[in-house]
Amino acid sequence: MNAFPHVSPKLRVLAVSVAAAVLATVAVTYTVRAAHDAQPTAATSAFALDRGHLYFRSTEAGAGRVARLPLTGAGRRTTDGPSCERFHASGGTGLCLLRRPGIPPKAYAVVLDGRLREKRRIALPGIPNRARVSASGRMLSWTMFTTGDSYAGGGASFSTRTSLLDTRTGYLIKNMEEIPLTLGGRRYHSPDVNYWGVTFARDDNRFYATVSTRGKTYLVRGDLRKWTAETLRENAECPSLSPDGTRLAFKKRVRGGTKDPWRLYVLDLRTMRERPLAEDRSVDDQAAWRDDGTLAYALPGRDGRKSDIWTVPADGSGRPELLVPGGSSPAVVR
Amino acid sequence: MYLASTDAVATAAGNRRTRGRVTGPVLALGAVSLVTDISSEMVAAVLPLYFVLGLGLSPLQFGFLDGLYNGVTAVVRLLGGYVADRRGGHKAVAGSGYLLSALSRLGLLLAGGATAGIGAALAADRLGKGVRTAPRDALISLHSPPDALGRAFGVHRAMDTVGALLGPLAAFALLWATADAYDAVFVVSFCFGLFGVLLLVAFVPAGPPSPERSPGAGRAGRRARAAAGARSALALLRHRAFRRVCGAAALLGAATVGDAFLYLLLQRRLDFAESWFPLLPLGTAAVYLLLAVPVGRLADRFGRRGPFLAGHAALLAAYALLLLPTGGRTLLVGVLLALGVFYAATDGVLMALVAPYVPPDRRASGMAVVQTGQALSRLVAAAGFGAAWTLWGVGTALACAALALTAAIAGAAALLPRTGSSAPPAGARASERTA
Repeated sequence: MNAFPHVSPKLRVLAVSVAAAVLATVAVTYTVRAAHDAQPTAATSAFALDRGHLYFRSTEAGAGRVARLPLTGAGRRTTDGPSCERFHASGGTGLCLLRRPGIPPKAYAVVLDGRLREKRRIALPGIPNRARVSASGRMLSWTMFTTGDSYAGGGASFSTRTSLLDTRTGYLIKNMEEIPLTLGGRRYHSPDVNYWGVTFARDDNRFYATVSTRGKTYLVRGDLRKWTAETLRENAECPSLSPDGTRLAFKKRVRGGTKDPWRLYVLDLRTMRERPLAEDRSVDDQAAWRDDGTLAYALPGRDGRKSDIWTVPADGSGRPELLVPGGSSPAVVR
Repeated sequence: MYLASTDAVATAAGNRRTRGRVTGPVLALGAVSLVTDISSEMVAAVLPLYFVLGLGLSPLQFGFLDGLYNGVTAVVRLLGGYVADRRGGHKAVAGSGYLLSALSRLGLLLAGGATAGIGAALAADRLGKGVRTAPRDALISLHSPPDALGRAFGVHRAMDTVGALLGPLAAFALLWATADAYDAVFVVSFCFGLFGVLLLVAFVPAGPPSPERSPGAGRAGRRARAAAGARSALALLRHRAFRRVCGAAALLGAATVGDAFLYLLLQRRLDFAESWFPLLPLGTAAVYLLLAVPVGRLADRFGRRGPFLAGHAALLAAYALLLLPTGGRTLLVGVLLALGVFYAATDGVLMALVAPYVPPDRRASGMAVVQTGQALSRLVAAAGFGAAWTLWGVGTALACAALALTAAIAGAAALLPRTGSSAPPAGARASERTA
């Protein structure tokens, strides 16, 4: 049964050494080429936060860095903003989530001023996932994804940590999961609650977010001053409040499993009625409002691009349109 | 290179009592595991990053895919053991498992952002891991003198752990050098995986080492083995001593709270810089690595029952430390040390403990049964602990776990046979009498 009984030990060592050399060459060549293609990271920005622009993370020219376009459509893309994994900006404040490789790799939330210069840097555990700045630019929130927090047993262990930062007072809540939660009218306790995707109201006090517990997700409404949160409805993730504060865009899970699970919906907060949008692809993003009638969001890119930004009317009419080829993390500065 | 002497040592191992040395096949298998673990831990370390940042998928999807195939491993393991025994092809079965895992890295590369493809690649990796484990451990036991099994497994596990330590470091260094080129990680991981397969093919002998152990080396032997296998791997459970070892392992497994829980508790208690959280398992691995061989030697000299029970007592100590108001460095060092001791004294030692009770022609099946029993009971324990945590809070849950573990240790002490550490093959035959 011995595979090669007739091959002498010396020959085997030789054969394995040759194979090892070939494999090492493959590994090194591939790595060197990948290192050569690597984009440099930057902390500086070639532009500031100006009204009337759409900011986004470019995945094409100047990949990994923030770029911008005038909202009016005319005018070219300006690249060479700061390097971020996720980006959001509003009211003269930018929020940049970035990773720095190393052992172990580190991640940071960087608060940027109106000229996109670094004001504060907060070290974070996990992988940057969502970033949001309130309309006034005062309140910031971001979500990190961590593995290894296995509460529920088994291998399906993931958890999120959502932080809140008041830039006026400098008060930082690293993990908002201790906020008293009312679920279905009752005070709720469970170690497996996870929050993500916060969006702030104009008063910088009210907020909406997603909470998940025991395999279900809920839309929650929270109050920062009272420090309470209550669930509004089931199955709504990554809410995004319209500029006029009357509607919430969110992604709804329409299918189990991992194939195309989400669809974009808009919830009218006065009637609490939801409406699917004309986008029929699965959107896994916290949408941004381009204006009171249009949403912008990222989808996996076409023609080999990593990601594209699309828009769709917020009332369920019309058709999706490609806005920015090669971009993600859209944010409109009004 | 020491591996060159593989065959000579292998044939000698059966007859000579080589207390002073670990045999060539064991070292070769250790090297295979080291290289393979570099390959698999590289991928495991970057997979969450790749998912969320590289592909822009949601963490929820990652959790779903990652947890999907965990149960599969346990069942496949039984199959791997059974097939290895039936055909006498330990090496072929283990090799196909290693190859499947190596190829799964290419699957990840080719899948791109398609979740179905990634799911298939992860499934292939788990399948490979499940298939190879029992035949590999059987080979280690068959190529070691019975009185040195503890050390042989200690050496193998130490080498394995070196790979597990190096893998994440290599992956993070690669991401650093290439500015997050995940494909480079997959390609390098594939190269390591394939190298592991080549090491196995070239330096690990095919089956049991000497004619006197198995009924015959030739075709007749294979036929005899096939007959033995056909009697079903589970028929082993009719043997009293084997059944008792299985029972003890499963009982203790049912009181073993997963590491992830303990690290999480540790992190909550200490509130240290969270970016260091991923390094906690490395601390445990370092202790495991250092102690695996010495504990294996102790087990060979004074019996394997003692270290196996003591290892679980160390786990109990870790629970106790987390329950007591100790804090700071003492708590951190204590828990990591206790977990390291736990692994060093239980993982390889269990295989050394069970080997003498299983005849060589059913060794792989026997090991698969023990491992599967332990793995399944640990899954139950993790789910139970998670539920207890949710219902009663963390303190009560941990106290319950400590009580359960105390009871399990007492039960296992009663169950585990007291026969000497190094029961010769003849003893194994004797223990075949059904109860």
